[in-house]
Amino acid sequence: MFYREAGDFKTSYRDDSQTFPISFDRWRYYAVLIVAFGVIPFLINDYWANALLVPFLIYAIAAIGLNILTGYCGQVSLGTGGFMAVGAYACYKLMTAFPDVSILIHVLLAGGVTALVGVLFGLPSLRIKGFYLAVATLAAQFFLVWLFNKVPWFYNYSASGQISAPERTFLGHAVTGPATTASAKYLFCLAILVVLAWLARNLTRGTIGRKWMAIRDMDIAAEIIGVNPLTAKLSAFAVSSFFVGVSGALFFAVYLGAVEVGEAFGIQKSFLVLFMIIIGGLGSIFGSFAGAAFLVLLPVVLKVIGVDLLGWPTDIVAHIQLVIIGALIVMFLILEPHGLAQLWRVAKEKLRLWPFPY
Amino acid sequence: MPTEILYGVEVALNGLMAGVLYALVALGFVLIFKASGIFNYSQGVMALFAALTLVGIMEGQVPFAHLINAIFGTKIHHFGWEVPALLAIALTTIVMVVFAWLVQRFIFRHLVGQEPIILFMATIGLAYFLEGVGDLMWGSDIKTLDVGLPQGASFWIEENTAFLGGEDFYGFFIDKLDVVAAVVAAVLVAGLVIFSQYTKQGRAMRAVADDHQAALSVGISLSFIWVLVWSLAGFVALVAGIMWGAKSGVQFSLSLIALKALPVLMLGGFTSIPGAIVGGLIIGVGEKLFEFLIGPMVGGATENWFAYVLALIFLVFRPQGLFGEKIIERV
Repeated sequence: MFYREAGDFKTSYRDDSQTFPISFDRWRYYAVLIVAFGVIPFLINDYWANALLVPFLIYAIAAIGLNILTGYCGQVSLGTGGFMAVGAYACYKLMTAFPDVSILIHVLLAGGVTALVGVLFGLPSLRIKGFYLAVATLAAQFFLVWLFNKVPWFYNYSASGQISAPERTFLGHAVTGPATTASAKYLFCLAILVVLAWLARNLTRGTIGRKWMAIRDMDIAAEIIGVNPLTAKLSAFAVSSFFVGVSGALFFAVYLGAVEVGEAFGIQKSFLVLFMIIIGGLGSIFGSFAGAAFLVLLPVVLKVIGVDLLGWPTDIVAHIQLVIIGALIVMFLILEPHGLAQLWRVAKEKLRLWPFPY
Repeated sequence: MPTEILYGVEVALNGLMAGVLYALVALGFVLIFKASGIFNYSQGVMALFAALTLVGIMEGQVPFAHLINAIFGTKIHHFGWEVPALLAIALTTIVMVVFAWLVQRFIFRHLVGQEPIILFMATIGLAYFLEGVGDLMWGSDIKTLDVGLPQGASFWIEENTAFLGGEDFYGFFIDKLDVVAAVVAAVLVAGLVIFSQYTKQGRAMRAVADDHQAALSVGISLSFIWVLVWSLAGFVALVAGIMWGAKSGVQFSLSLIALKALPVLMLGGFTSIPGAIVGGLIIGVGEKLFEFLIGPMVGGATENWFAYVLALIFLVFRPQGLFGEKIIERV
């Protein structure tokens, strides 16, 4: 009833092309931001931060990154785990080499390093397409994980082969290391996510985003109308890898604190992020959030229902989880290829008419 | 001959045998891809599922025993009989055919005409689903599979090749199972070629592979052919599952052979049966020799990625693979 554009007059092109054209949406967006920044940090405890909120924020960054590459530019990548590992190890090397520099700069630089690596592994995309490329990105996945496992320089010759984040502070609060409070972790990730999501949203609706989408829809036709596939594809790889690298750096430094590369950034991680964007919606920033939230929430909910309520063994619940995720992927691809984002869109369309049918 | 070269030859021979197994998995991919344009990521999990089912039937396990026990608090696990290997293989084949029919009926019939990459992602979903079902049905513990295949090093080969080297060379060390696998793979490939060249169904299969619509217009049932092809792929998966299962036990890592078969396909071309075999052999020999020669210098365990990087470099120069059809693009 309140969800109308009636009376909400647009007097400039700028108003007309804004992200949330309906004022109700805009207020909802501000309300979400206020709750996220102003309310949750005071309520959060370790369980909520570590089980749900921090992984959600970090995966959302990774999902936005992969969505830029796969959803907007149409290049399927199965190397997300490997690129996250690049971000994590770059961040670790920077943190230990320059302890005085702010952690924020390290995280962003780690994203930059990942962008370079991403461009390198994106080069074959100029020659090969579709699942040939998908398989080619697996090369990145396996090679990078092997590299970080085998070259001791990357983990500073530590005996265990693990990397662990030293304590670093941001604005006077510890954000990495064992002394970090839940709200500091949460706010640090949230701030980065909000800025990056804003960036992604504006990139994808500008010139460069349109070029990506032209390449996705039909690359030869795009080339004929003057989109340079070299710059379009490689820029998609660079931007996407930047996001993924930042998420990898946060995943290691803020969320886990210590990682072993094969376990934390294996091929399962690549699939997990790919599933997030399939379920959430290919080619949608909101979908990246929805998919990340869904797949972070699902194991927790299943664990609560299966293990805590019904008392089943954990391995059975883990297997049921595999079945459910697999079935959901297939169902979404068959019934709603645009994912949760499309369901959300349909719901909003319905809401605009409600309660009157016309 | 110097001993180092002989060791190199031995490594290459073992690589050749491993390559045969890769080719066996890659074959399943090629079959489905040719007939339906689906790049079936779940092939490896199908091999795992087939092997799990085979072990389960042979040992007389109750399917879904863990789940039933968890829900009803019972303690069932075995029926208490054992099924002979041949009968169990036949039963497993039936299971795989039913599986093929289910996949066709409930998934890919609804995805006809979608983009290949969507179909690919659907098979990733299918792989997760099947893995979960396999674990729920038969349990996720490591099982040994023994269908009576010979195992262990072949002394005959070892003794008869010892004369090639000097005092410190004891002959080539080759697993009997690998030899059997090579023979089985050769028979399977020959059988598939004969099937697709000389039988009615095989001709129909090739017609579908050439052009779906043309095949439909001359009265070939697409859905039947697809069920047939998925069944064949299921059977190939079963054979691959038996070989790998006998070699290293039936466990989750079995499904990762799909990841090994992908570069084989890229190298050989997605549409070519000979390509799958040649590609498998190249990758098998290449990765073993690389590990033998270069591996010690860079810290070993290069087998994980060598195949991919080789295929990647290769693809940049020849995107359609060794034997693939030329890719023609139109707007």
